Amino acid sequence: MNDAIYRLLAEHGRLPVDATSIGQDQDLYTAGLTSFAAVQLMLALEEEFDVEFPERMLNRRSFQSVAAIAACLAELTAEKAA
Amino acid sequence: MPSLAERAERAAAIAAQYAQSVDKDGRFPGEALAAMREQRLLSAMIPAEFGGDEASLSEIAEACSILGQSCASAAMVFAMHQIKASSLIWHGRESPWHRDFMRRVSAEQLLLGSATTEGGIGGDLRSSLCAIEADGEVFSLTKEGTCISYGLQSDAILITARRAPDSPPSDQVMAIVTKDQYTLDMTLPWDALGMRGTCSDSFTFKAKAPAEQILPSSFADIAAQSMLGTAHLLWGSVWYGVAADAVTRAQAFVRNEAKKRPNFQSPGALRLAELANMLQAMRSNVQQGLRRYESAHRDGDDLASMGFIVAMNNIKTAASRAAFDIVNHALLITGIWGYRNNTAYSVGRHMRDVLSAPVMISNDRIFSNTSNLLLIHRLDMSLAG
Repeated sequence: MNDAIYRLLAEHGRLPVDATSIGQDQDLYTAGLTSFAAVQLMLALEEEFDVEFPERMLNRRSFQSVAAIAACLAELTAEKAA
Repeated sequence: MPSLAERAERAAAIAAQYAQSVDKDGRFPGEALAAMREQRLLSAMIPAEFGGDEASLSEIAEACSILGQSCASAAMVFAMHQIKASSLIWHGRESPWHRDFMRRVSAEQLLLGSATTEGGIGGDLRSSLCAIEADGEVFSLTKEGTCISYGLQSDAILITARRAPDSPPSDQVMAIVTKDQYTLDMTLPWDALGMRGTCSDSFTFKAKAPAEQILPSSFADIAAQSMLGTAHLLWGSVWYGVAADAVTRAQAFVRNEAKKRPNFQSPGALRLAELANMLQAMRSNVQQGLRRYESAHRDGDDLASMGFIVAMNNIKTAASRAAFDIVNHALLITGIWGYRNNTAYSVGRHMRDVLSAPVMISNDRIFSNTSNLLLIHRLDMSLAG
């Protein structure tokens, strides 16, 4: 899952640095993720993982780091499997 | 002690006396500011433990509206000061320097200015070119082409910059720098269509100050948690006040006509009913936004949500459009008496002042931001809210 997140982060995150150089727990906003790019990243994640982020996840914290994104996706894909 | 609204009324009475000359000469509303200081309005939002009134945002909004009914420029200076105060209050509480500074704002009734825009960036306040250059316990900062409303009259300025010279443009912090720590070199004086008294000159800003004066939160959090909501709501409250005064004038005009010509309903009378309708809708919009803001501050999750951003964006765009429509309608009612600058029904200054509303953070920029969020955020369709 993390590989896909990093790939989409590189494609849609518009970061000034190489996405793979960012640690899993590193703050993406500090790394240069803008709110515009965050939305583009969310859309790409929805498409890739065939999920929809519920309102409760549509906040800065859910997308603060690769690990936070992975946790949201894990929750949503588990719900889907159940 | 009289209520905040009563104290705002007293300052508004002074502001009204000088509103015309402030507008005509494009000068700072110094008399109104002195009255605000005398009424201790500048510490209205500061927590009681630091010497303020700890007023709610709704109470501050009411004061903005009261002042707005007298002098839009003075009201906007008050609103902008309170927006800065909200960032200090929300994000400075844990820091000794900022706690002490809150006491100073109360004791000395300091006026807080804002330097969030920058040449070469456009109006995007979430992006900076200039950076904090730290040297031990002290930092220096130079910001070019920054528009600072009442910059020359401010006692301290809250300024944004990149966290460090190697930070990306969106990784910003906000520092509070006092008058003795910065220099302002004016690059473009404020000579505008309306809001002529805000003196929003552009400057090259240079400062050197202790690093402890940088607010501990990131500016991303400051913008989301205090600035976004307070700015849109307090601006909206000022515009509401300006619109409300135009309605008062239109109503006085229609009543006067009715007295002069009994049993004849002038066309303006019908328009006045429409105007009351428009004003009520604008009032509901701002009031509902204030309720949302205050409940979001009790529930931190909502404050960080997309729904909150969309709601605050909508308040701003709707209020700025409504203010223009209302003043324009008042002008149609008052006709040539409203168009003239020297009658009791004049609404020309109101019109020029509210024309600032859609460009003060461009509505197009805000709609573009909302449209991006709507790619993922689903609107709340419930009527209960």
